[in-house]
Amino acid sequence: MNGKNKEPLLHIIKRGSIPWYRAWGIRIAAIVVALIVCAVITMTVTGEDPIQVYLTMIDSSFGSERKMWVLAQNTAMLLGVSLAVTPAFRMKFWNIGGEGQVLVGCLAAAACMICLADALPNGLLIAVSALASIIAGAVWAGIPAFFKAKWNTNETLFTLMMNYVATQLVAFFVIIWEVPKGSGKIGIINQSTELGWLPEVFGGKYMLNVIIILVMTVGLYVYLNYSKHGYELSVVGESERTARYVGIKVEKVIIRTMLLSGAICGVVGFLLVSGTNHTLSTTLSDGRGFTAVMVSWLSKFNPFIMVLTSFMLAFLDKGSSAISTSFGLNHSFSDILTGVILFFIIGCEFFITYKLSFRKAAGKEVKESV
Amino acid sequence: MDNKNAAVKMRNISKSFGTVKANDKIWLDIYRGEILALLGENGSGKTTLMNMLSGIYFPDEGEIFIDDKEVVIRSPKDALSLGIGMIHQHFKLVDVLTATENIILGLEGKGRLDLKAASQKIREICQTYGFDVDPDQHIYEMSVSQKQTVEIVKVLYRGADILILDEPTAVLTPQETDKLFAVLRNMRDAGKAIVIITHKMHEVEELSDRVAVLRHGQFIGDMPTKDTNAQEMTNMMVGHPVELNIERPEPKDPKPRIEIKDLTVRSIDDVIKLDNVSFTANSGEILGIAGISGCGQKELLEAIAGLQPVESGSVSYINDDGSREELLGKDPLSIAELGVVLSFVPEDRLGMGLVANMDLGDNMMLRSFRRGRGIFTDRKSPRKLAKNVVDELDVVTPGISTPVRKLSGGNVQKVLVGREIASAPTVLLTAYAVRGLDINSSYTIYDLINRQKEKGVAVIYVGEDLDVLLELCDRILVLCGGKVSGIVPGRGAKKREVGMMMTKLGGDGADER
Amino acid sequence: MFDIVSFFPRAVMQGVPLLFGGTGEIITEKSGNLNLGIPGIMYVGGICGVIGAFLYEQTAVEMNAFLTIMIPLLSCLLGSLLMGLLYCFLTVTLRANQNVTGLALTTFGIGIGNFFGGSLIKLTDSEVPSIALSATSKVFSRSLPFADSLGWFGKMFLSYGFLVYAAVIIAVLTAYVIKKTRVGLNLRAVGESPATADAAGISVNRYKYIATCIGSMIAGLGGLYYVMDYASGVWSNDAFGDRGWLAIALVIFSVWKPNLAIIASILFGGLYIIYLYIPAGTQLYMMELYKMLPYLVTIIVLVVVSMRKKRENEPPAALGLAYFREER
Repeated sequence: MNGKNKEPLLHIIKRGSIPWYRAWGIRIAAIVVALIVCAVITMTVTGEDPIQVYLTMIDSSFGSERKMWVLAQNTAMLLGVSLAVTPAFRMKFWNIGGEGQVLVGCLAAAACMICLADALPNGLLIAVSALASIIAGAVWAGIPAFFKAKWNTNETLFTLMMNYVATQLVAFFVIIWEVPKGSGKIGIINQSTELGWLPEVFGGKYMLNVIIILVMTVGLYVYLNYSKHGYELSVVGESERTARYVGIKVEKVIIRTMLLSGAICGVVGFLLVSGTNHTLSTTLSDGRGFTAVMVSWLSKFNPFIMVLTSFMLAFLDKGSSAISTSFGLNHSFSDILTGVILFFIIGCEFFITYKLSFRKAAGKEVKESV
Repeated sequence: MDNKNAAVKMRNISKSFGTVKANDKIWLDIYRGEILALLGENGSGKTTLMNMLSGIYFPDEGEIFIDDKEVVIRSPKDALSLGIGMIHQHFKLVDVLTATENIILGLEGKGRLDLKAASQKIREICQTYGFDVDPDQHIYEMSVSQKQTVEIVKVLYRGADILILDEPTAVLTPQETDKLFAVLRNMRDAGKAIVIITHKMHEVEELSDRVAVLRHGQFIGDMPTKDTNAQEMTNMMVGHPVELNIERPEPKDPKPRIEIKDLTVRSIDDVIKLDNVSFTANSGEILGIAGISGCGQKELLEAIAGLQPVESGSVSYINDDGSREELLGKDPLSIAELGVVLSFVPEDRLGMGLVANMDLGDNMMLRSFRRGRGIFTDRKSPRKLAKNVVDELDVVTPGISTPVRKLSGGNVQKVLVGREIASAPTVLLTAYAVRGLDINSSYTIYDLINRQKEKGVAVIYVGEDLDVLLELCDRILVLCGGKVSGIVPGRGAKKREVGMMMTKLGGDGADER
Repeated sequence: MFDIVSFFPRAVMQGVPLLFGGTGEIITEKSGNLNLGIPGIMYVGGICGVIGAFLYEQTAVEMNAFLTIMIPLLSCLLGSLLMGLLYCFLTVTLRANQNVTGLALTTFGIGIGNFFGGSLIKLTDSEVPSIALSATSKVFSRSLPFADSLGWFGKMFLSYGFLVYAAVIIAVLTAYVIKKTRVGLNLRAVGESPATADAAGISVNRYKYIATCIGSMIAGLGGLYYVMDYASGVWSNDAFGDRGWLAIALVIFSVWKPNLAIIASILFGGLYIIYLYIPAGTQLYMMELYKMLPYLVTIIVLVVVSMRKKRENEPPAALGLAYFREER
């Protein structure tokens, strides 16, 4: 500064509104730029041709029918957890405990498969496992919700801590049920009998998982946008005082919504154990509880957009780990790439909400959007 | 006037928000030793204009001169260094800090923080101007008028000599207002330039030396206050002649509707808020509630509406056939289930009455969403209601899909009142229904309330402007420290008499109590 | 018998990374930024220190104690500073959602840590999946001179590397700055009510940037301490674990007071390792339940604090919210 007051060079103005196609144009542009940056990073690290890098990415996800099924499965599971955290987020209840809620769901399903396999017919066993998972997830989410409703206890930290408690709980049972003893692993449950396993439908191993999650997506969309419960939780999220003023019982809504959140996580846990992995370990949820937070937010809490977002993130994850493998980098490289892409997507929202206006010394201004 | 040098000259100032032109090529001069009243309806751009002077907004175009030197005000810091201090309508104070900490906030200084020296200096300022502030008190423990005093001390502490006050009296009692005005006159006589934004015409006439009028973002004119009158100023603000009398039809066939007996309420920290309050509100009648701020009005309305836990007493609703329903101990939902249609226009419109981020349609749904079929909400009729309210009450909005936070204060209130009376209530509770509203919107609201009264609704009107209470209400209940100080008929009551009752139980003639 | 003289130092050493992370996050949160990227930043701080030390160990003919400390220290600070800047650019300049940015930063940071860690491990062609910097670690973990001669007192209070004392000093200093200085007052105002701070002439964005970057650098030191001192210079991927999240928990645990965080971090550290002290002969799986303790205790404290509802124990009022002056 040379002492004399100058007008600011750059000034930020909030946009009134922006047509949807421009908003999506900006988002797509951000992803393209992000992919270019990722290519540059990969090139500097590996020295490979970027086209080759992208081909590797695409091949890893679409190269064979099996690869496509895996992608669909990953998308579905991530989508499931994202759906689960969304009602809570709409209520401004920052549930970052998806991880733990999924894990206890897994635990409940595994427990049923291990302990009840001989006692129940297979169909009933599956039903009981599903129900147990749902209840376990709901309880896990309901505990922080109860304290939030009653004493306004900070839910972010509470749900975060519940993740670790769930992890330790699973670790505890893994040791109790470990096969063979001392291995620290459970192995495939009911491998020979396939008791409690979800059946294959329409010829796809993961078909049933995908269908269940898609049905839940539609259901949740309707619930959030058209049901009385959905309306109530939006009001509670915006203003608890308004909710009380129109006779909405805030405590009830908080607990009810979190029970729903947890129940959906429980379903995902059930699908992970009965439908996919047929085993139990502390890493089954694989960070989805955290990624789901981003999916839900990036999709503006809209279940249909979440389908796209979780597909994109699942694809990126798959693709970037393929890059790591085929170019001899370690797997964490994919986390770096995912991070870079996320930064671009997160950052581009700024250009949708605001616009920059640059000033010239004469006081004339050149308006620039984006 | 022209021979004096203006402290502030604003030339050709324009500012837009999105597509709304809030200020359009405005010229304004502000002089030292003068109190300027800046007038205009809601949304006419007064606050926007002053915010550009205080560095909150940056003008799209135009120049500002301070003492004939062109300046660029990029931030509140720039404004402060030019001696411009603004007291915002929504106080800019940090609740968890003390008065002293708030006052010295952002000031530069060497070495460690010397709070003692600062509070000493604050005490001196308070003595000079006759303020009553405890420098070591936390803001969250203060009353509204104390907070405002802290704001004024803050500006003085920084040595500002151009002071802008945005609706400073909106939350003050008549007595507090008088005190504030005395201070402002003192400061004017000490050569400071003062701008006050207000809607209350009698305050303009009482306090200001000059008025400037804005309308729809444009500068309409300015003149010495002594050369004009309330009627002329109002006409300039609105753009066409306006009738300034509030009508008061005779109540038709009043019958007891709400009977309150020995109502006692304590706050969470065990302070008594209402103390054995008893009265009756009649149908077809407006019962005004007067009192200095925070002496139980809010608790009284919320207790009737089922939002406030009560220690003892009763609130009975009396049906047309004379049968009674007890409302105490019921929440708003169970009151509605009794078939009692009770509407409530709360003080905090966007924080309680409406959801700021939802659009008009969804806000209409707040009262009716339970009526949908099965688990689903009914989305059609609220949209229709929103359209009706917009049409009938002339709500200025781009459409019914606009979030209500984007509407101006008057339009927000129209939406809220429109929704509340749409359910054909038998009891209407309103708290500060015209606070912050301009003349035109205020009269629309008085009109709506009067129409309800004519339909036989029992209206309870909590107000702060005694002149309005005396013109509008059939009876006025005066609260003082949570007790009923007296009930006077609206017709023929004296302002001074009611004012006394607000500060002292029973007013002047209460020696026997 | 329970041996406090051996337990206490281990609890302290376990608590120090949390204390660094917690102090850093307190400074950050006081400015209204909720930085959930701290776990990632601590990884980056750790790996940058490792890279610095690795390059120095490889190239230096004779290792000089001063450079042995300064090179990893500065690379650690630089790495965490860059992470802090990235977070600020996104949340302050671009006003992005803080929760999401933080989570992405954590993914990114852990990725960086493990990627470069993994690459270095590959470079050294070692047989175990880890990299050992024992020469550097020796300097970092050098204890005070009279530690051995003062019996239990020396063991409990003097037996640590300099970063442990640095953590305590930084925490005390932070508490003083926040409570007693102008800068601290302004910082608190920015976190409580940015609009008020702005109107009072405080540059909100500058405070947010500086507080968050300083906070990130302090948190990064936690990662450095963990590798160089606690883990004796051994980096292996994912070894740092979830300590970053515990550091964030520590902030609420100590109700935004750095001096309380000192005691709380030792308590946390103790709970974290208490499973190592369970009576011999206890079943292995019981250990997993003991490992729940730090989390359970956090939850209990959280609930108790929320039940007491004291104004002074509330988080900064504007925590997690972006500030835009012209918001209407």
